[in-house]
Formats: sequence, structure tokens, C-alpha cells
Amino acid sequence: MSSKTNTNGTEASGLTPRYGIWSRFKRNRPAVFGSWILAIVIVLSAIGPAVFGWLTGISSDYIPSSVENGALVRSFPPSLTHPMGTDDLGRDLFLRVFEGGRISILVGIFASVISLLIGVAYGATAGFFGGRIDGVMMRIVDMLFAIPYLLIVVVMMSLFGGNNAPDAVKQVTEAFVFLTNALMSLAGASPISTSSGLFQIFFLFVALGSVSWLTMARIVRGQVLSLKNEEFILAARSIGVSTFGIVFRHLIPNISGPVIVYATLTIPSVMLAEAFLSFLGLGVQAPYSSWGSLAADGIKNIAVYPWQLVFPGLVMGMTLVALNLIGDGLRDAFDPKSSKS
Amino acid sequence: MSDVTTKTILEVLGLTVSFEQATGSTKVVNDVSFEVLEGETLGIVGESGCGKTVTVLSILGLLPETGTIDSGKMIFEGRDLAKLSVEEIRKVRGSKIAMIFQDPLSALHPLLPISTQICEVTMLHRGFNRDEARLHAVRMLELVGIPDAEKRIDAYPHEFSGGMRQRIMIAIALSCEPTLLLADEPTTALDVTTQAQILNLIRTLNPKFKTSTVLVTHDLGIVAQMTDRVAVMYGGRILEIAKTSDLFRAPSNPYTKALLKSVPDPSVGRIEDLYQIPGTADFSVVTHGCAFAPRCNRAEQSCREELPELEQVSEGHYSRCHFAKEEYLSNQSKH
Repeated sequence: MSSKTNTNGTEASGLTPRYGIWSRFKRNRPAVFGSWILAIVIVLSAIGPAVFGWLTGISSDYIPSSVENGALVRSFPPSLTHPMGTDDLGRDLFLRVFEGGRISILVGIFASVISLLIGVAYGATAGFFGGRIDGVMMRIVDMLFAIPYLLIVVVMMSLFGGNNAPDAVKQVTEAFVFLTNALMSLAGASPISTSSGLFQIFFLFVALGSVSWLTMARIVRGQVLSLKNEEFILAARSIGVSTFGIVFRHLIPNISGPVIVYATLTIPSVMLAEAFLSFLGLGVQAPYSSWGSLAADGIKNIAVYPWQLVFPGLVMGMTLVALNLIGDGLRDAFDPKSSKS
Repeated sequence: MSDVTTKTILEVLGLTVSFEQATGSTKVVNDVSFEVLEGETLGIVGESGCGKTVTVLSILGLLPETGTIDSGKMIFEGRDLAKLSVEEIRKVRGSKIAMIFQDPLSALHPLLPISTQICEVTMLHRGFNRDEARLHAVRMLELVGIPDAEKRIDAYPHEFSGGMRQRIMIAIALSCEPTLLLADEPTTALDVTTQAQILNLIRTLNPKFKTSTVLVTHDLGIVAQMTDRVAVMYGGRILEIAKTSDLFRAPSNPYTKALLKSVPDPSVGRIEDLYQIPGTADFSVVTHGCAFAPRCNRAEQSCREELPELEQVSEGHYSRCHFAKEEYLSNQSKH
């Protein structure tokens, strides 16, 4: 009995499980490093362009040019005024990278929120009720799994991208533009307008979100399936807790570990998918930028202006590595048995 | 016990439970009938797999998905528990009939502080708000002997020892002052000294709340200490049911006798001298006759062909054996 007590998750000092997770995470150096990188990228994406513009007076459509050997040159290498250089239209790459970062990060977060909402509810339902309901629900997931998810997204994007977006997506986009403009007018900035490019971005969110919940549903179902036969669930039933209470008060808190870890690992994989689609020209399109579309632009000039590929790629790579480090750190923190320390 | 009245709290009549398996359905509990009187403790003893736990679980409708109650009634407060709707039985659970489980570590939610777990039951059934429930929870914890209950109430299950956890389980079970307490091997996971404390606790608290108890165990020592009446189960059937004192004085079934004989006796020093019932408790092979016949030392052809009835051998003392009367009388001649 006493040996059981000691291996039960937290330190012997009687800390709560939650506190134990946090302290184990903090001791994981790569994960802490990743958290810092991610924090820097998020801050730069959120306020970097505005601060940079305010400091240098350069805006994202600022176009310098010079004439070299009789030819008009707009791609400038990194310098003090242009820390990451400019793209082949002369736009400052630092601004483009971090404005694109907003879209890349938002796509990742949005898709993992979707996977949390749909995946957890779907998986918990299937796992808890079991039997035929479980069979039918999981076969649907299996079928969706059988089709490569990028293929689904590619088809969805080419059918419903841009102006072909469903009305619901258009309405959400318009509401977003309205809200943004309200905020922009407060800040005294120029308003943005609805365009097929924005529809495209919002539909990209929907398309990636709609395929990101499949694995989550499987994970949650598996966890619920093994947990629902635990004795404390039987004990909860024996004191008269309702099905709803059992699922939400007794089961969901128990699976929060794997769910949080998987949600964290979903973000980089969705960001990668977004970059891939934008690289192929099916995702974010000019004048908007994302790391994928910037890389696609940069690769055309790789021999002459390598910085146009290097910087978007570097920032994207660092962010993805950071997110994966955080995900791994969380996984170790939630599962004391897997930690090496 | 002096204050035993004859009022029946729970009456189980012909309970039959079967489990669905890949190979077909298996009867795990077969035509089990017993009653629980007000204030008494009824023991159910038997080997692993004889249907003790399943009997208790079906009273509260907590059988796993593969198990179904084929027939039988369980009359509690004038209603048949087997026929209640999901919502109706949910209101009985925890408030009128409470249950204690074998392993208190796995029966307590590992991620919730115990305050939440004790409060949950009173908030559900007695309509307490959070503060009332908490106050009541502290009082219950003090009652079951958790020192420093005020402070310890927000601790997590893993911060308690095994005995303390079982005390917490008892606090939860008795929170709504249930009429009937189902204790499924409440001390099997505990060491012997803790076991005695927990049993004492159950014994002192039950009269306080006027709670009757069904105590499932495989330990005859516990049966002797704790119970007023006892039912011996084998292969899903009750083989003998009697007042505890009668059963120990005059066991009238070969199986009960064999059980009593296999209790270790410290005066016999060597393990080789320990009595064992020959064979293993494989109930699946017996399709006709008495389930114990293959292992019984006095089984005859009739035992393998015909199932004996529960036969009354003296007042309140029944035995399911073709030789029940003879077995009963053989005790008389010995004493």
C-alpha cells in the first residue's frame, strides 16, 4: 500500500497533481527553451509590425528601389533598415514574415481548438456509450482517416476557396472585418476591406479544422474506454451520479493530460499543413502572407536572393521546433513514469 | 444483537444474473433469495467467482454492460429495484443504498480532492449547497476518525494511507444515512490491523444511522466477528444460510464444513497440514445437479443428477444438500 502511495504522480511533499505537472515542466530545459522561442515569435507577430513601422516609418507596402547596371532592383539584402531584407517587390520581409506569422499561428490555434471541441465530445461519446454507437462513430472516423487529409483539404480549397466560399464562411469573415475595422478606427489606422483573399484564409481555417479532430477523437475514445471500467467510475455511479456528471466531472478531468498534449502537438502539424497548402498556392494568397506563401515566393529567387527563403523558413522552423519541444515537455510532465529525471 | 427487529429492509427473490460472453451466456447468479432485516448485518461468503459481488452489484443496478438480470425481484421499500428506471435507481444509489468497494484507492477519484467527492453525494441527494455539504463532510470525516478533518479535507486520495482511504469511502457511503450499506470486501485490500479498525468502525457506525449491512467477504473470521446471519454461496447459488452462530456451531452443508475446515489453525504449524478442498472452483463444467458435487467428499450419483433444494434443517437455517438433515444431525452427535 505504501509503495503505491509514493508512485502516485506527485512528489512526496504532498503537492497537488496540478502543481507537480507545472514543476516537472519547468525542470524540462528544452521545453522551457521552446516556450521562450514561442513567446518571442507570438509577441513579434502580434505587435512586431506595428512597433517596427513606428520606429522606422516603413509599412508593409513601402517599396524602395535602386537601379543597378541599368536594371531596376527591389530585392535588398538584410540591412539595418530591413533586418530580413526585402522581397522581390521591395516589401520589407521582416514585416511580411511576422504579419504572415499571425495567420500561421491563428490557423494552428484555431484548428486545435476545433479538434478539442469536436474530437473530445465525439470521442467521449463513442467511448462512453460503447457498443453499436461506438462502432458506427469510429467507422466514420476510420473512413475519413482512409483518405489522406491533405487531399481532402486540397479538394475543399479548390472547390470552396476564395469567392466560392460557403455563405457562412463569408458572413464570419465579414463580421471579422467589421470588428477589426471598428478597432482600427479607434487606433486611427486605415480600414481593411473584405476580399476573396480573406474568404480564402477563413475557409482555410475551416478546412484544416474539419480534418484535425480525427486523431483526437481516437485518443479520447481510447482513454474513456479504459477509464470507464475503473472502479472509481463504478463508485461514482454507486452514489447516484448522472451520466452527464460522470462524463464531465469524473472522466474528462482524467483525460485532460493526453488531450492537452495532443492539442499542443496538433498546432505544429496544422501549421505545417497550412504552409504546405500556401506553398502550393492553395492557401493564403497575395497580398496576404503566411510562412508557406513567403517560402513559395522565396524559392523562386533562391539562387539570387537567398534571404527571401531563409528568413521565413527559419522563423517557421524555429516555431515548429519550439511547439514540438513544448508538446514533448507537456507529455513528460503529465506522465511521471516517462520522465528521465 | 439485541435491537434486531423483524422488519425486512431488502428482500431478494430468485435473483438470476447471466453474463454474455463470446462463447454464450453464463449464469453467474442462479436463483438467489435472501432477506436483510432492519439493523442486521448479513454476510455473504464464498470463493472467488461464486457470484457474491455480482449479487451485490445487481441490487444497485450496477452490473457491467455484459451482465443482465434474467429474473428475480429485489423488493426495497415496496418497490422492485430491478424494475426501476435509470433515473429512479440513480436516486436510490448513495441516498438509500450505499456501497463500499474493495480497493479504496481505485474507488476514489485520483484527481479530485476528497472534499469534492464527499460533498458530491450530499449535494446530489440532500440538496445541500456547497457550504452545507462541506460542513457536513467535515463532520462525517471526524466521525470516521480522520484526524484534523478540517485541514485534510482538501487533500487528494493519494495523500492518505489505505486505511484512511477506506474511512473516507465509509464517510461517503454513510453521508446520506442510507438504509442499507453494501460492503463488497471492504477490508480485503487492507492489512490485518487496519482491517480490525475499519470493521469496528462499520460496526459502531451502523447502529448510529440505523443502517443494515450486506457484508461480502471470503474471510470466515470477519463473518464470525461481524455478521448476524450469513449466506454461503457456491457456483452462483446459496448453499447454506443461517444465523452466524448456528452456522458455525452446526454447519449443515459439506461445502460449509470444508470451508470451516480450511481456515488456518495456528496450532497446526506446517503449511502441508492445511486443509484444502480438492479440485478448483470451475463452475462452468457443472450443468446438472449440485455445483459442488465434483469436489464434495460425500457426493453420490444423485448429487450429480439432481439439484438439491434449500432445505430447512432448523429454524432459520437452510441448507442446499441432499443430505442436509444428516449433515445437521452429525454436528449434534459430535457435541
